[in-house]
Amino acid sequence: MSETTTQIPEEKARIGAPSIPGFTEEGENLSPLNDSASSPLAGASSKSHSHGGGEGVTDSSRAGRLTSYNVEDFPKLTGREEDWRFTPLKRIGSLHTAELTGQAPKVELTGSENVTLRTVAADDAIRGNAFTPDDRVSANGWKYADGAQVLTIPANAENTKSILRITGESLEPAAQHLIIVAEENSEAMVVIDHVGSAVLAQNIEFDVRQGARLRVVSLQAWESDAIHASSQQAVVAKDATFKHIVVTFGGDLVRVNPSARFAGEHAEIELYGLYFADAGQHLEHRLFVDHAVPNCKSNVLYKGALQGKGAHTVWVGDVLIQKAAVGTDSYEANRNLVLTDGTRADSVPNLEIETGLIDGAGHASTTGRFDDEHLFYLMARGIDEKTARRLVVRGFLNEIVQQIGDEQLEERLTDTIEEELAATHL
Amino acid sequence: MSTLEIKDLHVSIDTEQGEKEILKGVSLVINTNETHAIMGPNGSGKSTLASTIAGHPRYKVTSGSITLDGADVLEMSVDERAKAGLFLAMQYPVEVPGVTMTNFLRTAKTAIDGEAPKLRTWTKDVKEAMAKLKIDADFASRNVNEGFSGGEKKRVEILQMELFKPKFSILDETDSGLDVDALKTVSEGVNRAQEENQMGTLLITHYTRILRYIKPDFVHVFVDGRIAEQGGAELADRLEEEGYDRFLNVQA
Ligand SMILES: Nc1ncnc2c1ncn2[C@@H]1O[C@H](COP(=O)(O)OP(=O)(O)OP(=O)(O)O)[C@@H](O)[C@H]1O
Ligand SMILES: [Mg+2]
Repeated sequence: MSETTTQIPEEKARIGAPSIPGFTEEGENLSPLNDSASSPLAGASSKSHSHGGGEGVTDSSRAGRLTSYNVEDFPKLTGREEDWRFTPLKRIGSLHTAELTGQAPKVELTGSENVTLRTVAADDAIRGNAFTPDDRVSANGWKYADGAQVLTIPANAENTKSILRITGESLEPAAQHLIIVAEENSEAMVVIDHVGSAVLAQNIEFDVRQGARLRVVSLQAWESDAIHASSQQAVVAKDATFKHIVVTFGGDLVRVNPSARFAGEHAEIELYGLYFADAGQHLEHRLFVDHAVPNCKSNVLYKGALQGKGAHTVWVGDVLIQKAAVGTDSYEANRNLVLTDGTRADSVPNLEIETGLIDGAGHASTTGRFDDEHLFYLMARGIDEKTARRLVVRGFLNEIVQQIGDEQLEERLTDTIEEELAATHL
Repeated sequence: MSTLEIKDLHVSIDTEQGEKEILKGVSLVINTNETHAIMGPNGSGKSTLASTIAGHPRYKVTSGSITLDGADVLEMSVDERAKAGLFLAMQYPVEVPGVTMTNFLRTAKTAIDGEAPKLRTWTKDVKEAMAKLKIDADFASRNVNEGFSGGEKKRVEILQMELFKPKFSILDETDSGLDVDALKTVSEGVNRAQEENQMGTLLITHYTRILRYIKPDFVHVFVDGRIAEQGGAELADRLEEEGYDRFLNVQA
């Protein structure tokens, strides 16, 4: 495992000050082979569908991560756990201990007519087809979710677009479960748009069936008091593609854990993320790509900007290439742009490879300060400081915005970035 | 006609060992349509002079003045200096990721002129200027200087000079890293700008090569933060033959 924590001290930045350490680029730092064939690949990877007790052992490998539908199987959190050590538990609104009986955010569907939304009971067999809680909050959410909403994209549907508007209206701790089924050979874009205020343990499962092409944008545009822990798990079948784009701006504490598992060959997973943390915000993204079968491709790119005192971002990227996953091609990267003093960016790419027969695997993590030489160059061409900063930040984040492939939404995000930048007191 | 006047300029930088004086009293007057060449050994302070004129915050002016047609340049912010008509072609142009050349050029032009250029003519102007400097058209969609070769970066600096039409250009070793053909192309660009835009030029160089194409009216020898000698174009040839020993020995 390699890890970078960049803490920018409260020191006034000066252009051209004795060279501020710029971007630190990590090479391909692969973790040692983990070839214990018997390793309990319980994890999200190979667990049979049971709603029973937990399996797996806790070790440093992602493959050994405990997963269970039973919240009692997860020990009480101390904050020292590997997957909680960056999260301020005090600010998580008791989502790991409370009875999550608050009013779950309202779910409204707009968009293509052939895509349907229905509600099922909590014990419906569909729930958990593509999902197993893998931490205590998620398991607690599983326990208290009052049924689930199921969005279905029918087989062979072409070019559908659906917007699930999730509106939080209460700060009582609540649970929510969403299921998105992209049936065989369907083609869909689904926007999950989180607005309002909530204290929410949310579980979302994506069942991406054979040949389906599903693009998801999970947008966290919460009010500033929201607390949101979201476990978003996908199972991606043969020949399917799953593109997942997380965009996090709002909320006090947001922790999104996207995980995607290959269940058939020649499938493709792309996980993108964009976050913009302001003063006091904690924005955390922990993702997991599970290469369990041969000849699949994955690509991960998360980009974040930080500004203001106490802005804290965490990115952890676990990519596991299992022994069976020969012919895998995988890359993951996280890039952070630090705009002001007093922020903290943690970035941990974590690549485990259990077979040498792969096409490629790599990772990178960079956290850099806004480069004052960029600023000087642009200003020396007559561009004022504010415009120059905007040009650079917009340019930095645009790489992710462009992935969305929806003009309206891209415009909305560009506007949001502008607003965030306008709020910067530099 | 415009005048850029530098008077008894002293400049220091902060180093780990404390403040260090780099420029120790530089005086220089440049008028429109004049070309001044500055030559001098490595580390003598040539880039320091160039960056100080442009307003890089690393350099602290401890005394002396810089004025442009009487206006106090040292009072201006970096962008104000550019708007006032000063242009620095940098020795090491900076890569700016995420910002395309097209976007950058248009934004800068708008800032300098105080109004957006007419889109139609602007696009044409950019295309033509690029063609004249033998810069491939697809550079327009690339990020500013990102991945450009050393020589390509220099050409793009001159491209900006031609498009922004400054009153005075400071070219900091623009000739270094250019191949023989590019040297000619770039020199033509500078001569064009000087004639068409009424520009004065401060040309920092180590080689007389470029002075075959851009005829200097004055040559200044820069040694240890001062102008040690001034002369006409013939001084450059003499420096090329003799080197700087003569000046350095005087110092010792
Ligand atoms: N951060 C710094 N710490 C110490 N000395 C510095 C620093 N920055 C610049 N200098 C010194 O200032 C002096 C002038 O540098 P400058 O770049 O102006 O020289 P130059 O004449 O342009 O040289 P060259 O021909 O190599 O481009 C050099 O001796 C350089 O080492
Ligand atoms: Mg120099």
